[in-house]
Amino acid sequence: MGNLWLGLKTALQELGHDVIVPPKPSKRTLTLGSQYSPEFACLPLKINLGCFLEAIEQGADTIIMAGGVGPCRFGYYGAVQRRILEDLGYKVNFIIFDPPQGRWGEFLNDLKKVGNGKPLYRIFSALLFGIRKLQVMDYLEKLGHKTKALEIKKGETTHILEKTLRRLDEASSYKEVKRIREEAIEELLSIPKKDIDPIKVAVTGEIFVVLEPFVNMEVENELGKMDVEVERTLYITDWVKEHLIPSLQGIRKHHLLEQMSKPYLGHFVGGDGQLSVASAVIYAKKGFHGMVHLMPFTCMPEIIAQSILPRVSKDLSFPVLTLVFDEHTGKAGVLTRLEAFVDLLRRKRMVSVN
Amino acid sequence: MKGYVGVDVGSVTTKVVVIDEEGNPLGTPVYIRTQGQPIKAIQKGIAMVREDLPRNLEIKGAGTTGSARYLAGVLIGADVIRNEITAHAVAALRFHPQANTIIEIGGQDSKIIILRNGLVVDFAMNTVCAAGTGSFLDRQAERLGIPIERFGELALKAKTPVRIAGRCTVFAESDMIHKQQMGFSVEDIVAGLCEALVRNYLSNVAKGKKIYPPVIFQGGVAANIGIKFAFQRALGCEVLVPPYHNVMGAIGAALLAAEEMRDGKKSHFRGFDVAEMNFETSSFECSGCSNRCEIVEIKSDGKLLARWGDRCGKWEVIER
Repeated sequence: MGNLWLGLKTALQELGHDVIVPPKPSKRTLTLGSQYSPEFACLPLKINLGCFLEAIEQGADTIIMAGGVGPCRFGYYGAVQRRILEDLGYKVNFIIFDPPQGRWGEFLNDLKKVGNGKPLYRIFSALLFGIRKLQVMDYLEKLGHKTKALEIKKGETTHILEKTLRRLDEASSYKEVKRIREEAIEELLSIPKKDIDPIKVAVTGEIFVVLEPFVNMEVENELGKMDVEVERTLYITDWVKEHLIPSLQGIRKHHLLEQMSKPYLGHFVGGDGQLSVASAVIYAKKGFHGMVHLMPFTCMPEIIAQSILPRVSKDLSFPVLTLVFDEHTGKAGVLTRLEAFVDLLRRKRMVSVN
Repeated sequence: MKGYVGVDVGSVTTKVVVIDEEGNPLGTPVYIRTQGQPIKAIQKGIAMVREDLPRNLEIKGAGTTGSARYLAGVLIGADVIRNEITAHAVAALRFHPQANTIIEIGGQDSKIIILRNGLVVDFAMNTVCAAGTGSFLDRQAERLGIPIERFGELALKAKTPVRIAGRCTVFAESDMIHKQQMGFSVEDIVAGLCEALVRNYLSNVAKGKKIYPPVIFQGGVAANIGIKFAFQRALGCEVLVPPYHNVMGAIGAALLAAEEMRDGKKSHFRGFDVAEMNFETSSFECSGCSNRCEIVEIKSDGKLLARWGDRCGKWEVIER
């Protein structure tokens, strides 16, 4: 899922594990994954399974998968995937990592399982180093969204980010990470840029589809090519901070989301559904021009959001485009809709300026 | 005299127009079948449209739209390449500035565009199935042995339209055959198909959208008077079919080109000789990474015009 592998790989390597990172999701991953998955499961299950199969091919003998507690079906995916792999005859050690949700004892037990016999403080310091790398990458991506919209030669930002990701992967100390961060910021800032006031679009929706560019047909890059500045409503480190680490920031964010979505959706519906509705309100108030809402086909929480969003959109005069992804989604259709949506936003802004 | 070229290459048909500065078509707009060969269709369309153009015409800009808009753009040297939703909206507003709703049904796509005060505020395209589009009617007309041009008038002769399951082309077809075998008249079946298409459009493409008049109906299927009447019955309001309904996308592309070239830039249009140029396309699979992108190349007399299909951009070339 996006760059998540970077943090996990770093943390597990720090603990002395031999880590196999499956190739980036590709057509092959999707083909493998959908071949062995139930058809009406959503794309995250299929892509994950495809990645597992590719990792097993490369010699992986242990798989760590996140769990969950619903109402989103994701919580059940680890168990389903374990069964599918068993039925296919693979003998791998499958560890399902459930979020703490107050059951800290079990969570710590799970942690010890992956801890390779290391004491807890070592496990935490390994995790923190992994999270630090992710934080740096998230920060750079945020900056990159701004430069993608303005860069004269399209693709320069992506190139720098990819290079930085590789360098971060190899970094073994906080000092090194810091240097890479500074150098990347420098590079991003020195890209030759157009002098324009870009259209601003929020990208929200189900976390996996939002974070994984292969799945969302590189929505963010495509918007960047159209000189549109993107702000993603969720980042992996924000998610970790808000969900895994009990913090004030998490409580505040949760409170804000509840307040913003309240007139339209008064309670949690699983996954990121409430976030999607709240985001429309938040970003309309922030003065953004529109929002792109991404979801996997058959995703229940996002279907709820999708059916509420037209009302939010109408009330706040804030255009929202919902894009649904599954293994049959073609890039041409996504591009046509994105282009038309950006045209709509441009013309709307032109008229409101005049 | 100044003129602008618009080319709209869709899945089933290719449209080519030349308009004056006001957006009125000059000569005869071209509407031909793509037949799976967009390059040939574009060249043929360009050759046909130049036949009866005014003599003193100077082309100041060119635009392309439709699913082959990038290909068409490279071929003719377009100044603007835009999606078909914007193109259709711009064209409809040229002829009906008060339009609030545009229904556009083409070969494989059907769209609804919602406008307020001359601005697009919302749109949708069909996502799942072609049962609400032109190809479906085309196929069924063929099966019934009726020329598609006569489909609409036959539908109007129906006394009691038959209800046909329209959710999916395959089911619609078997249901239609069933009704035929039961002995229903061709007129009633044809009218039933029109109603099935409209029902499908309203419940899938237009779902949840407020449809206010004036409603403009364009795209190839708008030629079908049976569908127009079915829409009027379902919506309870008049449905307007503009005079150039089948080439509105191309007119929109030309209007967008005119807008783009307003400040007197020099057009990239290659000229009508494009019809005689040689174009070759080839493709290969890049093995640079796990993405395995399929790269397409377009050449003219050995000179590379464009290359695309890669995600990383290392092969991408677009010559102007």
